[in-house]
Amino acid sequence: MKKWQCVVCGWIYDEELGAPEEGLAPGTRWEDVPADFICPDCGVGKEDFEMVEI
Amino acid sequence: MNENSAPIVVIGTGLAGYNLVKELRKLAPQQDILMITADDGRNYSKPMLSTGFGKNKTADELAMASAAAMAEQLNIVIRTNTRVTHIDAAAHKVFVGEEPIDYSKLVLAWGAEVIRPRVEGDAGDRIYSINDLEDYARFRSAAEGKKRVLIMGAGLIGCEYANDMANGGFEIDVVAPCEQLLPSLLPPEAANAVQHGLEGLGVRFHLGPLVSRIVHDGDELSATLSNGETLKTDVVVSAIGLRPRLDLAIKAGLQVNHGIVVNRQLQTSEADIYALGDCAEVEGRVLLYVLPLMASARALAKTLSGEATEVSYGVMPVTVKTPVVPVVVSPPALSVSGMWQTECDGADVQAEFRNENGELLGYALTGARVMNKVALNKELPAILP
Repeated sequence: MKKWQCVVCGWIYDEELGAPEEGLAPGTRWEDVPADFICPDCGVGKEDFEMVEI
Repeated sequence: MNENSAPIVVIGTGLAGYNLVKELRKLAPQQDILMITADDGRNYSKPMLSTGFGKNKTADELAMASAAAMAEQLNIVIRTNTRVTHIDAAAHKVFVGEEPIDYSKLVLAWGAEVIRPRVEGDAGDRIYSINDLEDYARFRSAAEGKKRVLIMGAGLIGCEYANDMANGGFEIDVVAPCEQLLPSLLPPEAANAVQHGLEGLGVRFHLGPLVSRIVHDGDELSATLSNGETLKTDVVVSAIGLRPRLDLAIKAGLQVNHGIVVNRQLQTSEADIYALGDCAEVEGRVLLYVLPLMASARALAKTLSGEATEVSYGVMPVTVKTPVVPVVVSPPALSVSGMWQTECDGADVQAEFRNENGELLGYALTGARVMNKVALNKELPAILP
């Protein structure tokens, strides 16, 4: 399980926790997050996220 | 000279400037672009300055790329440590001192400046504001080896810093002349939940008085509040507010109000000058947040590449980075009337602002209730449809 961070605003997506408030169940891998997902804090798309080391 | 051969000039390399240029480069691969910045031009995410102590990140670690790397990546010219001193809109030139620089279009993305507190005493040199990466670096070195921090202000930045520096191991006093935390964003019940959470981390709040005087007292600082109370501390952070930078815009004859006045195309009162981000007032709204800034960057990139585009703001909830009690808030517009309806369960508060017809116009969620934001967002009207 990895963590991903939005390079624009710093929002973190933790695969283990998912993001239930965004409709992503715990354990959802980043590659399985829909392509049209946008950062809940700043509105950028998946291409603007970077993987962060755990 | 033919002004169309002059570059698009962008003043400012913060989130607004860089994200605009990133979007513009996608649409206009050949366009000459010159960015001018008064600082070192490093690319960083300003919201991350509020979580740097908890994550123990230095300024260098928060910087994602140097100006040179950004210039190469975006195929642009960036002039760093360069301050524009004058704008001549009629001649389509900006000046750096005596040096004129031609532009075809000019974009003002120079952000907001901190409001400086008026405090008596001889310790003005120990009062820090943190509004950019260089400020953050200065404050981190000032706080090195220190134990106590006094924060002036209980707004978004004051609360975020209180949480972050408490996580970073500091003892925190917060002094603010208001009755509750986040007074412009939250109803009292939600503010109380955040206050209790922060107090659980050891943060002490002094709500009501101002800091009136700070003096050196041996190695420490002594702060006198307007209610007579005295606090001992080691270093002071002022987080009493930001306001759009207007000086150069006023001198250039641009229309200003709270911010630089722009229309939905982000065009100022001069046809070839645009503004976005924290310095801009879009149809009466100055919103110092990332979400409207990104929407503006995308719309303005289209306009500058030849496709006139109006910016739309959908629902724009604000996240307050206080991890001890998470907060998401979509404040109702000042002009609307209605009432807060609030459910509280410890740190979990759900407050909904509805008008007499029951329509949702704003909300504030704390703790576990932030889960409900997606459902509430669907009910909210767009800010600028």
